[in-house]
Formats: sequence, structure tokens, C-alpha cells
Amino acid sequence: MNQNDLPEIFRDFNPLDNKMLRVIDNEGHVIEKNLMPKLSDETIIDVYKQMYYERVADEMAISYQRQGRMFTYTPNLGQEAIHIAAGKIIREDDWLVPAFREMGTLLAKGVTMKDMFLFYLGNEHGGSFKDAKNTLPIAISIGTQFHHATGIAYSIKQQKKNEAVYTFIGDGGTSEGDFSEALNFAGVWQVPVVFTIQNNQYAISVLVKSQTKSINLAVKSVAFGIPGIKVDGNDFFAMYLAYKTASEYALAGKGPVLIEAFTYRLGAHTTSDDPSKYRKKEEEAEWALVDPLIRLERYMRNNNIWNIDVEALREEYKKEIDAQFIDAENNKSYPLEDVFNYMYSDMPQDLLRQKAEYEQFLSWKESRK
Amino acid sequence: MSVMTIVKAINNALDIKLNEDRNIVIYGEDVGVEGGVFRVTEGLQKKYGADRVFDSPLAESGIVGTALGMAVSGLRPIVELQFDGFTYPAFNQIASNLSRMQNRSRGKFKVPVVIRFPYGGGVNALEHHSDSPEALFAHLPGLKVVIPSTPYDAKGMMISAIESEDPIIFMEPKRIYRAIKQEVPDEKFTLPLGKAKVLKEGTDVTVIAFGAMVRESQKAIAMAEEAGISVELIDLRSIYPIDRETIGNSIRKTGRMVAVAEAHESFSVGSELVAIANEEAFLSLESPPRRVMGYDTIVPLAQGEKYYIISPERIFYEIEKSFKY
Repeated sequence: MNQNDLPEIFRDFNPLDNKMLRVIDNEGHVIEKNLMPKLSDETIIDVYKQMYYERVADEMAISYQRQGRMFTYTPNLGQEAIHIAAGKIIREDDWLVPAFREMGTLLAKGVTMKDMFLFYLGNEHGGSFKDAKNTLPIAISIGTQFHHATGIAYSIKQQKKNEAVYTFIGDGGTSEGDFSEALNFAGVWQVPVVFTIQNNQYAISVLVKSQTKSINLAVKSVAFGIPGIKVDGNDFFAMYLAYKTASEYALAGKGPVLIEAFTYRLGAHTTSDDPSKYRKKEEEAEWALVDPLIRLERYMRNNNIWNIDVEALREEYKKEIDAQFIDAENNKSYPLEDVFNYMYSDMPQDLLRQKAEYEQFLSWKESRK
Repeated sequence: MSVMTIVKAINNALDIKLNEDRNIVIYGEDVGVEGGVFRVTEGLQKKYGADRVFDSPLAESGIVGTALGMAVSGLRPIVELQFDGFTYPAFNQIASNLSRMQNRSRGKFKVPVVIRFPYGGGVNALEHHSDSPEALFAHLPGLKVVIPSTPYDAKGMMISAIESEDPIIFMEPKRIYRAIKQEVPDEKFTLPLGKAKVLKEGTDVTVIAFGAMVRESQKAIAMAEEAGISVELIDLRSIYPIDRETIGNSIRKTGRMVAVAEAHESFSVGSELVAIANEEAFLSLESPPRRVMGYDTIVPLAQGEKYYIISPERIFYEIEKSFKY
């Protein structure tokens, strides 16, 4: 990797210097005029709405879980700018290889809230993302997806397709061997993957400083000879610029890119987690002030493009999301076949026998009533 | 004596051993400040310090590999892998090195490591949070694999596991982590690893279970007794070494065996029990030894789990079938 071949932002925000790309500040003022993406007012309004939709959907999901209507859920609160920025850049043919905390990007690929709800209600059909082209299911086994993304990128290169792969990991995941191995493979093969680390400061309860002594997470790209950049993950414009640059780099056949999106998990790890065990309310309150939605709103107000009636929008989204939840909740159909049908392309004898034995048990049970 | 859950009993065992032996360290993901996602290590970092009870980077293979290094150089690590499905990233270190080092070094190095993790289904969890991988580990020469089913056993077996010179896979039935409360002695005690326990004597059918399936089997046995079938219940407790003597004695007496476990049926602990029934009690058998186990499928998510999880009724059905054969 020759430094001179790198896009400008990768040279100007060198992770070895511990620089972080920001386009707007916390008050929503543009601090890098030359870097401000050229987006129409309509596009910016649309971006805000998408981020807000993810926020409302998340809050409702948490509420359904609390009401006992849904099982363990993984909130996205505070990380929406990353998800929507990636969603704006990723195209229908590009691949999305998710971890489990990038709902806005999944929605951009065509996943619906009904799918998400169905999944968290405990039905695999929801998690299959069947209507989202080139999108893998979520990866719960931490970090393993980085290899899958790299393999897909190899296929793309080998088949000379005009596609890129977008994949995500958390800050904790960077400690897994698979993270480093995948960066190495992708670097050696020079394949089109955009790796994102969502550094939300916590791996459940464990702080980043307990994961690594690196000055930041983007710097991990350096040893593997691939470009890396640390970006303010709560600044939509910075994230958008990073993804736009990375996608052009990958699609030009120049190889992989690593983006560290520096953000904060405003919510719990999952609904089973209680952050009060390991962090202070004051810290959460501080980060809430630089919520990506608030920062975008400030930018929009500063530039007189704010025309959103948040309360009306909230009501509209709540109604629409609740309808999807009810739809998912009413889908009680989970036939016995669903346990067996997708294990193999041709069902082995043992599975047929096990299923038949269970059916015999069911008829015995019926006969005893 | 104090009333304890399995969580409390294991916490108590860890506490006793940390206090007694300066060489013991505990680490893993979220075991420090958080006290573990199930609170099994709660309060231990505060009591014994962050150099003995600590959060490690998130890397299961790293957790097990470093534990091997510590164990051959004087420490006695107890490591937590957060869920059953997260043991797979550690499998390389377990299968390639942990289980082999003692033999490879011709006994020069002992590897006193305890790997503990919650396992099993029935808790409406996401993927990788409901697996029962005991057969994978029991198949590897060099490991001991144990599973308690009560708070009392959990405490005594954990202390024995920590004191063992061999690497131990200590699997904790998460479904009954807090479901069973029992009087447990406050002081230190040990239980021999490798010994099954006859929980109830009977004459017609032997039921063998472990972990969360013991309680489900007890419910089934109540139904069987009502139907006039006398059932002997064995809590296996140790998967490897397996207590061939207790198993053989029981099946020779009853002539019938039903093995109950959550894991996938093929190539499982149930398969091993059927083999032992044949080897130890062939001439006494009145009916084919049976396995009541999970399917050879991934454990379904919550909505489909009812098909996979073994109900007391299903166990009773198999007991009756075995009896009426």
C-alpha cells in the first residue's frame, strides 16, 4: 500500500496520528468545509427521517420486550448515523455481512421491521432476511463474519463483478483472532471489503482499554497494509464521506478498507443486560448530549432546513411499526417441519426417523386426552 | 448450611478456593466488574482483586490458550466461556493443546485448568445460547467433562474440579441456574469426579439423565410410578470418566434403559449409554435401550423450541414404551 495512492482523507486522518475524521462539531457547525458531502436538502431530511425511524423502531422493540411480548433484543440506540450512512452507500448488488447491531443498514437492504420482530420473537424465518438481496443473516459468534465477508469479496474479484462487501464488528470483536486473520486475508488478496468497527466503547461490560493497548482501533489496519480511518460515528456527514470514499476505493479494485466508527452504545448490550452494573449515569448523560440525531438536527437548524414535526413523525412511525409488530406477533405458525427442513439439501434417514418418532409421540399424547 | 441456587453454590465454591489457594485466578469475558452475565463470579473481583479475578479481551481461543500457559507455570486458572455456543472458537486450543499437553510432555506438565460455561436450552435464547456440546468434549482424550444437576453437587464438584490436576470441562445447566434451591453446607467439601449417583431406586426401568434433564426425568418418573412402573433414576454427573459400574449394576437389575439428554442424538452421550448397556447388561436386557434426546438439528429459536426440548411427558412415553416392549 503506497501512501500516495490513498484517498486524501486516509492520508489526512492517519490513525497513527490518532486523528479522527469529523465534518460537523457537536453543535452541528461544519468544521471541515472542503469535506462536507454535497447532499441536497431533501436527502438530508430523508437521512434524518431514516435515523429517526431506526430510533423509534428500537424504542418500540425494547418496549415490546419489556411487556413480555418479545424475547431478548439487541438495541441500536446511538449508533444510527453509522447504519444510515452505510445504508445510503450500499447498493442492491453490494453484499451486507452484518454482526448484530446495524439495523438501519439492514433496513436499507430491504429487511423489514416485521422480519426483525419475527426473528426476536423466536422464528428463524425472520432472521433469514429472504427479501434482502446479498445479505447474510446476523452473526452472533463474535467476529466470525469478517472471514465470510472476505470470502465473498474474493468471489466478487474472481468473477469480475462490480460489487463491494460491507461488514461490521464491535470493539470487543477486534480481540478475536478472526478479526486480524480476515484483515490479513483481505489485504493479501486485495479484495473489495469495507470493514467497519463500531466502537461503542463497551463489549457488554468491558471497556475498550481492556481489549487493546492500541491508540485507537483503526490503527490495526496498518500492520496488515490496508487503509484505515477513525471516524466520528455520531457525525452522519463524516460517516457518509468515509463510506463514499471507501466504496469508491473498493470498487476501483484497490482492496479493502477499515473504518473505525467512534460512537457510544446509549442502551444496554441486550435487553438482558443492566449497564448500571458497570457504568455511571453521568457518562451516559454526557454522550446523550452528542446523540447523532441531535447533532444532525442542530446542523439542519443551523442551515434552515429543519422542517420536521418530530411528534407527528413519531406517531406516524409508531403506527406503522406497531402494525408490523402485530403482523409478526400474529404469525404463530411454526410447523414441526421447520425444525428439520433446512438442515440438509436431502434429509438423512436419521432425521426422518427422529421426526416420525416425535409424530408418534404426538399422536400418543393426543390419544390420552 | 445455607439455602443456595446452583449459581450461588458455584460462586461459593470459587470463593472458598480463591481464599484457600493464592495460585487460583479467574478470568473470561465480563467476569470482573459485572460478575459474569449470570452473576456466577459476582463479588469475587472486589474480594480478591483485579489481578486474580479479571476481564480478559474478547477471544475464547485466547482465554483457553493463555490458561494452558498459566497452568504449566504454577497458576491454577478457572476460565469462563460465556455461552455453550462460544466454546467453538476455543475448540482449537482445547482439542489441539489443552487435552494433550500432559501426554505430549510425558507428564512433565500438568494442566490444572477448569473451563466452566453455561449450557443447554429451554431459555428462549438466540442462536449459540442453547447448545449442549458435552459429547464434543467427552470425545477428546485427556479431558474430564462433568455436569452437576443440584446446588449441592455443583459446589462439591466445582471444588473437586479446581483441585484436579487434569483439565476439566465444567458445564453448568443454565435452565436451572436459579430454579432449584437446596441446603448446602457452608464449609468446604468435595465430591469424587467420575461417580454417578442413584437418585431413586426402582426395579422396572433405569432412567439415566444429567443437568437440567434430571428434574424433567423426576417429573416423568412420578407419572410412571402412577402407571405402576418402578423406575430407577441415575444422575450421571460425570460424562467422562463415565461410571460404567453404577450404570451396569442398575440395568442388570431393571433390564431396561432410557437415556435422557438435550444434545443431538447421533454420536452422543446417549449413544455411549446404549453401548454400555449392551456391553455390561446384554443378557439382562428386556427391551432395546432407548435414547430420548434432541434431534440432529440446530436447536430451534423460541417458537420452535417446544418441538426440541424434551418434556416430562415425552420421557414418560419412552419409559412406558420400554416397559411394555
